[in-house]
Amino acid sequence: MSILVNSQTRVLVQGITGKEGQFHSQQCIEYGTQVVAGVTPGKGGQFMDEVPVFNTVREAREKTGANASMILVPPPFAADAILEAIDAEVELVVCITEGIPVMDMLKVKNYLAMKNSRLIGPNCPGIITPGECKIGIMPGPIHTPGGPVGVVSRSGTLTYEVVHQLTEVGLGQTTCIGIGGDPVNGTGFLDCLKAFNEDPDTEAVVMVGEIGGNAEEQASAWIKENMKKPVVGFIAGITAPPGRRMGHAGAIVSGGQGTAEAKIVAMQESGIYVCEDLGSLGRLCKEVFS
Amino acid sequence: MKIHEYQAKELFRKYNVPTPEGGVSDSVAGVKGIAADLGLPVAVKAQIHAGGRGKGGGVKLATTDEEVTAAADAILGMTLVTKQTGSEGRVVKKVLVEKGVGIQKELYLSIIPDRESACITIVASQDGGMDIEEVAEKSPERIIKVPVNPVTGIQGYHLRQVMFGIELEKPLMKGFSAVLRNLYNLFVDYDCSMVEINPLIVTDDNAIMALDAKMDIDSNSLFRHPDVVEMHDPNEDDPTEAEAAKFGLNYINLDGNVGNMVNGAGLAMATMDIIKQAGAEPANFLDVGGGANAEMVENGFRLILSDPKVKGILINIFGGILRCDVLAQGVVQAAKKVKLSLPVVIRMEGTNVEEGRRILAESGLELINAKDLADAASKVAGIVA
Repeated sequence: MSILVNSQTRVLVQGITGKEGQFHSQQCIEYGTQVVAGVTPGKGGQFMDEVPVFNTVREAREKTGANASMILVPPPFAADAILEAIDAEVELVVCITEGIPVMDMLKVKNYLAMKNSRLIGPNCPGIITPGECKIGIMPGPIHTPGGPVGVVSRSGTLTYEVVHQLTEVGLGQTTCIGIGGDPVNGTGFLDCLKAFNEDPDTEAVVMVGEIGGNAEEQASAWIKENMKKPVVGFIAGITAPPGRRMGHAGAIVSGGQGTAEAKIVAMQESGIYVCEDLGSLGRLCKEVFS
Repeated sequence: MKIHEYQAKELFRKYNVPTPEGGVSDSVAGVKGIAADLGLPVAVKAQIHAGGRGKGGGVKLATTDEEVTAAADAILGMTLVTKQTGSEGRVVKKVLVEKGVGIQKELYLSIIPDRESACITIVASQDGGMDIEEVAEKSPERIIKVPVNPVTGIQGYHLRQVMFGIELEKPLMKGFSAVLRNLYNLFVDYDCSMVEINPLIVTDDNAIMALDAKMDIDSNSLFRHPDVVEMHDPNEDDPTEAEAAKFGLNYINLDGNVGNMVNGAGLAMATMDIIKQAGAEPANFLDVGGGANAEMVENGFRLILSDPKVKGILINIFGGILRCDVLAQGVVQAAKKVKLSLPVVIRMEGTNVEEGRRILAESGLELINAKDLADAASKVAGIVA
């Protein structure tokens, strides 16, 4: 078992004929993901390798039964692409694109609230259920299928680091989700934690946060009341100076809000095992989870 | 991207948000000319991208010609230090000269996006003219926040909530409504991440006017705002950070002496943290990107080496789809090209890591291999201690 994606997931790729779109679609296919369609307006009827390309998401979904989308289009067109996927009733929309204007995402998020689609990202590595389905740009081979750990993170390479350490200590993963580093995103920590809590094969969760916003605090409060499984947490950015955006648009301490210290305290108070030294995260998980 | 007060006020006027009459100049003669046109008294205001200018001596009121000259003389060219500039301060290159206005009351008004609720939040207070964070601390009940859903846009009830919330007198409501509605439209049209007017004043003749203006525009939206791109003032940039931006790298200068280069923002932050935990201080934040290549690594080296504080370098690379062997080749090429003179500790992990380590070991460069993150941090901390 896993959450959100598995071997049955049928993926379409928006922006499949672009450089990034093509490369990462091929990587996903190689990993075993069922990539059933691509969408590039104006290139309908063509093929990317064996994958048929359509002009619109609606057509791609209707003709191929795709139920998930991976978006790899440049930022000026990304919100349009997300909205198109939501409107075409694609169940899971994964947007990798970094650099979408906040104003666009505010509209997307409010529209999303009225619809049934789930959005992961933007500005994220994507989601992977090891051995079954990879929708995103993460390196497949560092993952280990079969669980028992679920991973949810705001980061990209930091997540790879965490997953790699889990694999090294012999802990496999059920599903790993990068929720993205933007201030306004789709699926948050809470949704992922709830899903992991319900998934019978996920026995423990690693949650990787960073400075900015209060999603980690909210998640911690929920964990304290509801989580049935152990959680190991890590927060990046203790040394980040206030008022500066640390690479990710959402990673900023402003007006004393969103500090790493506050998040670490919230996690500790909620019974989360906080890892203070990234180098030992794998070992800590091994201790806590066994 | 922040813009200057005078630039924000140009946009305010375009959206019918009233501001005092004024002009901008970079010379004493220019200031005198503007003051003569406007008539006395005038305010002379330093144009830098930082708050707290008044307290730092960057804003002066002049009631005579002599005072105008003295104010211009004092402010132009001064190194203005405020709580937002850091101790090094900022050299003032331009001033805004504005006609003095009779003030009856000072209000506070700002608009910011709220990441949790995905709304656009209007923040207002009857306690304008002072530090809003101080108001928030001392009398939070005197700050009102009204969220506006960006899909519906601003409605009459939003305006009423704000105005009744700050106990605005009835005769002022019409003028205030127009200002707030116009400001909201400006905020949305220009993809702002912050607009702040402190103070928003009620003049002697009951008009609403923006005495100050702060505007921050979402850098990700600049592709659709060519006019804002033209407002960019290179004088406000940290030279190294500007250089990094040209190469598509994310660099932030810090106070320590351990230069570091990492692929990915989250991992870069975590690497800074681990340097600190090992007892040293990071000299920078440098994210060469999840898909870093040899050229980016080379540019990264140049940036780090341009900082004279740096005594040692830590490279932390997680090779994913971009494999460790490719990255190692990049590091070696770049190190040779920039004639690396400082000790470098490398921690590399991920796809093809053995091959990557072999390339580093056989490079002939004096690179110090670390077996894991903790090892890397303690090694580099030992070097700079």
